Amino acid sequence: MTTLDLSASPAPPHALLRRIVLKAEPYLYCFPALFLIAAIMLVPLIVGLSYAFRDLVLLDPASGDYIGLTHFGEIWADANFWNALQNTAIWTIVCVALQFGLGLTLALLLNQPFRGRGLIQALVFLPWAVPSFLSGLNWAWMFNPVIGPLPYVFQALGLMQTPDNILSSPDHAIWGPIIAMVWWGIPFFAITLLAALQSIPKDIYEAAAIDGAGAVERFRSITLPFLAPTMAITVLLRTVWIANSADLIVVMTHGGPADSTQILASYIFTQAFQRLDFGYASALAAVMLVLLLAYAMALVAVRQTLLARH
Amino acid sequence: MRNPGYWIFHYGLLALFVVFALFPLFWLFKVSITPNDLLYSEGVRIWPSRMSFDHYGAVLRHSDFPLFFRNSVIVSTLTAFFSTIFAAAGGYAFSRFTFGGKLWIVGLLLVTQMFPLVMIVAPIFRLLAPLGLTNSLTGLVIVYTAFNVPFAVFLMQSFFDGIPKELEEAAMMDGASRFQALLQIIFPLTLPGIAATLGFVFTAAWSELLFALMLNSSTAASTFPVGLLAFVSKFSVDFGQMMAAGVLALIPVCVFFFFIQRYLVQGLTAGAVKG
Amino acid sequence: MASIDIAAVRKSYGATPVLRGIDLTIANGEFVVLVGPSGCGKSTLLRLIAGLELIDKGEIRIGGRRVNDLPPKDRDLAMVFQSYALYPHMSVRDNMSYALRLRKTPKEKIAAALKGASAKLGLDALIERKPRALSGGQRQRVAMGRAIVRDPQAFLFDEPLSNLDARLREQMRFEIKKLHRDLGATSVYVTHDQIEAMTMADRIVAMNEGVIQQVGSPSDLYDNPANLFVAGFIGSPAMNFLQARTVAGPGGMSVTVGQAEIAKVPPATPTGPVVLGLRPERITLTAPGQGAQAAVDLVEPTGLGMIVHLDLDGQQLKTFTTERLPLKAGERVGLMVPPGSFCLFAPGTGERLAG
Repeated sequence: MTTLDLSASPAPPHALLRRIVLKAEPYLYCFPALFLIAAIMLVPLIVGLSYAFRDLVLLDPASGDYIGLTHFGEIWADANFWNALQNTAIWTIVCVALQFGLGLTLALLLNQPFRGRGLIQALVFLPWAVPSFLSGLNWAWMFNPVIGPLPYVFQALGLMQTPDNILSSPDHAIWGPIIAMVWWGIPFFAITLLAALQSIPKDIYEAAAIDGAGAVERFRSITLPFLAPTMAITVLLRTVWIANSADLIVVMTHGGPADSTQILASYIFTQAFQRLDFGYASALAAVMLVLLLAYAMALVAVRQTLLARH
Repeated sequence: MRNPGYWIFHYGLLALFVVFALFPLFWLFKVSITPNDLLYSEGVRIWPSRMSFDHYGAVLRHSDFPLFFRNSVIVSTLTAFFSTIFAAAGGYAFSRFTFGGKLWIVGLLLVTQMFPLVMIVAPIFRLLAPLGLTNSLTGLVIVYTAFNVPFAVFLMQSFFDGIPKELEEAAMMDGASRFQALLQIIFPLTLPGIAATLGFVFTAAWSELLFALMLNSSTAASTFPVGLLAFVSKFSVDFGQMMAAGVLALIPVCVFFFFIQRYLVQGLTAGAVKG
Repeated sequence: MASIDIAAVRKSYGATPVLRGIDLTIANGEFVVLVGPSGCGKSTLLRLIAGLELIDKGEIRIGGRRVNDLPPKDRDLAMVFQSYALYPHMSVRDNMSYALRLRKTPKEKIAAALKGASAKLGLDALIERKPRALSGGQRQRVAMGRAIVRDPQAFLFDEPLSNLDARLREQMRFEIKKLHRDLGATSVYVTHDQIEAMTMADRIVAMNEGVIQQVGSPSDLYDNPANLFVAGFIGSPAMNFLQARTVAGPGGMSVTVGQAEIAKVPPATPTGPVVLGLRPERITLTAPGQGAQAAVDLVEPTGLGMIVHLDLDGQQLKTFTTERLPLKAGERVGLMVPPGSFCLFAPGTGERLAG
């Protein structure tokens, strides 16, 4: 009624333009993020990968030549590498398993309504806000029998004969950074799993309860299948982040004593910033990238089959 | 309803979690208020016989810490701001459009989470140095924004996925352009998600040490993690002051995180860590 | 208000065609219902009219103006969504006035329009509430109110009653129809519920697999379905389809099921297998011995009458009668079909056969 004046107008000349703009719209929205990622992460990644094939030692003007696969041969023969790889596996698996188990327990506890839930949730999630190297310093302090309480706690629990510093024991030192990492990482699992738990429709539980399913049966047949996709992606991300995170180890043990806590990430860090051998460090990093990509693809494949089953 | 026995177990277990989460923070605080002369003699006491805030005074008055703190606030705030804007735009596109190459972009974002960042320190330094972006807070903001955008995109996408598409369509039928619909209808509903993303990125930027250390060597452009490290590497390690600085540095992130964590849960409930 | 002309419209998602050439003219002030099973393309057609999707081929005109490339905001149409799509952060007042505020309508005019619409829909007491504080039926009314304050070129309804319970649905059906009578607005209404289509429409557009099967008044579609799809989709209880034959006998052409003759057909009808369509309520039950013989399988009383399931020469068949007959399972009955109250369809194509 108000548009009679327009009703005679022909097809707008900019119709084609509108279609082009509509097609381009999602790319425009993505552009700033993608540009930044490409410039600051992908281009340096490619440059960094190219270092793996060069003899590049900082402050050594004679270095810089292309040496092909020499670094990779050295890695193959490097006992420190194999030791670090083994430690990486232990470190990553133990950290992820503990964070996951405890995070899931916490999420299940927080998923039921009770008095004080909001406050408790906020408190138990706090460790995530603590910078990891600060938490590393703090935990190292707490493990020290002169100034920290933990050795006495361990002794009281019967875990230790005498209150010693766990970080100076070649057999057990890795547990120091692991405890710090678990402390810091539980909230991430708890948050994502709690969110997944809360998106499970309540009536499914009611239906199962009416059908006579007990608590354990309900957990096994409803909760777990619903959580599985979230678990897969969360475990994937955390595994990669934990495998890559060197700071707690560098701060707490420097990889020692006797390389017993050296993981790949901290080994790379040491190669790059203490020996300034960027070429070798990049080669190690490239190996690690390939291993993590292989792992991620395997996990994604598992997740697809899990999803396909539902 | 469950029996009382269950609730004893429930609260007991939660109490253990709370103690585990808070005890290290308590210890940090305890060391920071222990006078130097008692630091070792009363090292394992749960509370020192004398309290003193001298460490705080020293940190605030006689160190560069206020400068580091200021730098950290600037860098983290700007990083959180830009990351969230870019991630909101990208997450919106991921949530609302199907377009060619989407899968490749997702794959690309995942790859950025896969490699040790140590690997790209040197290339980034070489990239930024000629642009005058080393020893500069701007450089750090750019680098941190790039690091945090991939995860933030997934986070924002999950928030957008939780908002029905019909709301925008209704707004467009009501006479809004897509952009108006985004601003007036979708944006107000995403505020919890935006708060959560801001908090997440702020926390990450606040804690970052490696690039802060490698890109900015001058005191004037150092952030507080670097400053904190300076307490350690000096010959006379002043643990009391370091812990006091640590406590001060923790206050803003903890307060921030304390308030945003429930939005994180809310927002993720809607969707996409699953998808 | 305006007419809507749809000409040769096609749409596919990737390689999947959703609409395979739609031609339809909706007159000014008409209430047209698009009906069909899910996936038939009815919602896509509505979204193309709305401008929420772009058409691949063809043309859509609203009030004579070609709108193919106009964004939704420039088409001046109002839409009511299945989920209502109320803005959760706005009060009922703000929800309803959003469109007018976007148009920079003067305050007094907005107030007047709001007053009129909220009075019509009985929303006066709820005007300051947020959507989450409303019941399903109230939300539905607000969604309607948001559409009518604007006085648009046409109303589009996308299954607006699907989320309501049966009683509320019946009431809203009545209210929407009354609103249409009062406003006289061009309306396009999408539903999968044939009862909504029958009760509300001036004209029904029955769709299946991206193609319009038939357009006509409700009684037209009910009495003269163009094919098996329409015949089976419209009407409840649904039309019976029996495997039958047309045969030439001493008394002329007739249609038979098994050995039983059901009805006479015009002499021009070709002989051979056919599908016989019988509306349950058009079948008359008689004493055994009269008409075709069948056995009672099951009796379902509906209150209004009863549905009698029969076995006719091994084929299942439903009849509906308002009489309360003392029938029992296993009993034998006769059935008769009055002339002109059945349809014949070609078995292969499903198209209606003349006669």
